Amino acid sequence: MHTISKVWLFCLLLAMSTAASANLTIEITRGSDQALPIGVVPFEGADGMPEDVAQIIHDNLERSGFFDPLDRSSMFEQPSEADDVEYSTWRSLDVRYLVVGKAERTDSGYRLQYDLMDISGQTRMMSETVTASEDDLRGAAHYISDQIFEEITDIRGAFSTRIAYVTAQGVGDDTDYGLYVADADGRKSQQILTSDQPILSPAWSPDGEKLAYVSFENGQPEIYIQEVDSGNRARITSFEGINGAPVWSPNGHRLAMSLSKDGQPEIYVMEIGDRSLTRITDNNSIDTEPAWSPEGNRLLFTSDRSGGPQIYEHDLGSGETERMTFTGNYNARARFSPDGEDLFLIHRSDRGFQVARQNIESGRLVTLSDSTQDESPSVAPNGTMVIFATQQGNNGVLSAVSADGRSSFRLPAAQGDVRDPAWSPFLNE
Amino acid sequence: MQLKPLARSLAVVLSLAVIAGCSSTGGTQDGDSSGSQDGSGSGSGSTSSSGAGGSGQYGSGSSGADGSQQADSRIPDVKTIYFDYDRDTIKGEYESVVMAHARYLRSNPDAEVVLHGHTDERGTREYNMALGERRANAVERFLNIQGVSSSQMSVVSYGEERPAERGDSDRAYSQNRRVVFNY
Repeated sequence: MHTISKVWLFCLLLAMSTAASANLTIEITRGSDQALPIGVVPFEGADGMPEDVAQIIHDNLERSGFFDPLDRSSMFEQPSEADDVEYSTWRSLDVRYLVVGKAERTDSGYRLQYDLMDISGQTRMMSETVTASEDDLRGAAHYISDQIFEEITDIRGAFSTRIAYVTAQGVGDDTDYGLYVADADGRKSQQILTSDQPILSPAWSPDGEKLAYVSFENGQPEIYIQEVDSGNRARITSFEGINGAPVWSPNGHRLAMSLSKDGQPEIYVMEIGDRSLTRITDNNSIDTEPAWSPEGNRLLFTSDRSGGPQIYEHDLGSGETERMTFTGNYNARARFSPDGEDLFLIHRSDRGFQVARQNIESGRLVTLSDSTQDESPSVAPNGTMVIFATQQGNNGVLSAVSADGRSSFRLPAAQGDVRDPAWSPFLNE
Repeated sequence: MQLKPLARSLAVVLSLAVIAGCSSTGGTQDGDSSGSQDGSGSGSGSTSSSGAGGSGQYGSGSSGADGSQQADSRIPDVKTIYFDYDRDTIKGEYESVVMAHARYLRSNPDAEVVLHGHTDERGTREYNMALGERRANAVERFLNIQGVSSSQMSVVSYGEERPAERGDSDRAYSQNRRVVFNY
């Protein structure tokens, strides 16, 4: 019950803001062979509810790649509480974990009671009651998914997070661009900006309340900061040339970016409070796509100072710069894993542009995706998945792959291009 | 990389010599790629009609400085030049196009042009933003060497954000790697 109230308040705000919707659907494209078998039994009393809570939990767990949920049609028993669970029944179905629960109507919405069972250990691992208003049922399902995920894997769940992304419809000069925010499962999308000029590079503030992005609405690229819920926005930079690739420092006070006001793109750090700039790089080549280390003391960036694009790391304390990537002749747009031990980046292999992970200590690089035109990798705050943009036919779609490359899913949109995804930080501290 | 500006000015000198000689063979090739829909850009009054014929608008025979006098009073029809993959070198076949814009801008000191740099969709977005700027900068430097005042020119890179053609064919890619002259 602890942190729930904040989550619900958040979900309530989300539900109140209605806007153009461009929901994304989920297609699992690769399941992990090491996924844990789990059963999520339909909740008793769920008939007539506006959302199928058990199905949302099932889908979340499956999408994570950590779980292989049992199909409902195989459940010839549907218990709703721990005491009714026949362990032998579920063991015969090769299920290791089982989620059972029930929903009850209350004056203000629903009360959801669920149990997580360990089938092989024949124990109840967790039991909780959650209340939610009718509009918050998806949020409640994501919250329950987070609890189950963490209880079993010891990794914090990231189902109650959001993604920002950019849409484009049309060709050439007749293209309409939209900036959207949606739940991590692609649902509850809301448009927060629309323009007939390009929008790109959305980046979340560490508190999850604001986005920085680049907009061409005045005929040149400029960096803006916008509050997601209120829509209030401010233009942050409008220098001559490129104003690009904004990313927030972990403490939220600074913005790293790429500016070409000096002739070629250089990395800068801006103090958001007084808008003062510190120049980080100084040379004749392209320096762009900065990313902060988790502690905020180092910056990754893409530079072609050695010829083609490679990843470099700048230590803000010592001022030293070190080349990080050596595999192949195109490595760009790197992001740290939340534990700071790996880089996720776009690597050009002989098959094309692919999402790859490089372990920093060993330097070993492995490609994770099997698509060939990948861009804009963004890491989930728990480090388990990377969402990125790729091509499906002639359309841009979002795709995600687990950090180990074992599982993946796609989020196609009904129409137009979707790209430039940014995974939010944890929203419920 | 540092040698490029030198190489470029050499190319300019050479191309000047060639143009002074005669030759507009490149013209026909440029013509057909330009007349198509992607000729003009966004923004201000894109006056480009259709530019069907293509060749001849820079004066065919012995052109040079004198023969182009009347042509210099209007904005050249061909407003887009194309680049090789991962290159910002102005290809020989498009130098005549850039020269025509240089003549127009020199004879019309009040005219201003925004050079829009574009890339194809391969690679990362912000890195492509930088590559698009590099292409537009290359054209700006070329024009500058031709005597066009810096105050008449500005550069905006769109990177891969505004493809002229969709799709992942080599044809679409080559149509998207471009610099567009916007007056």
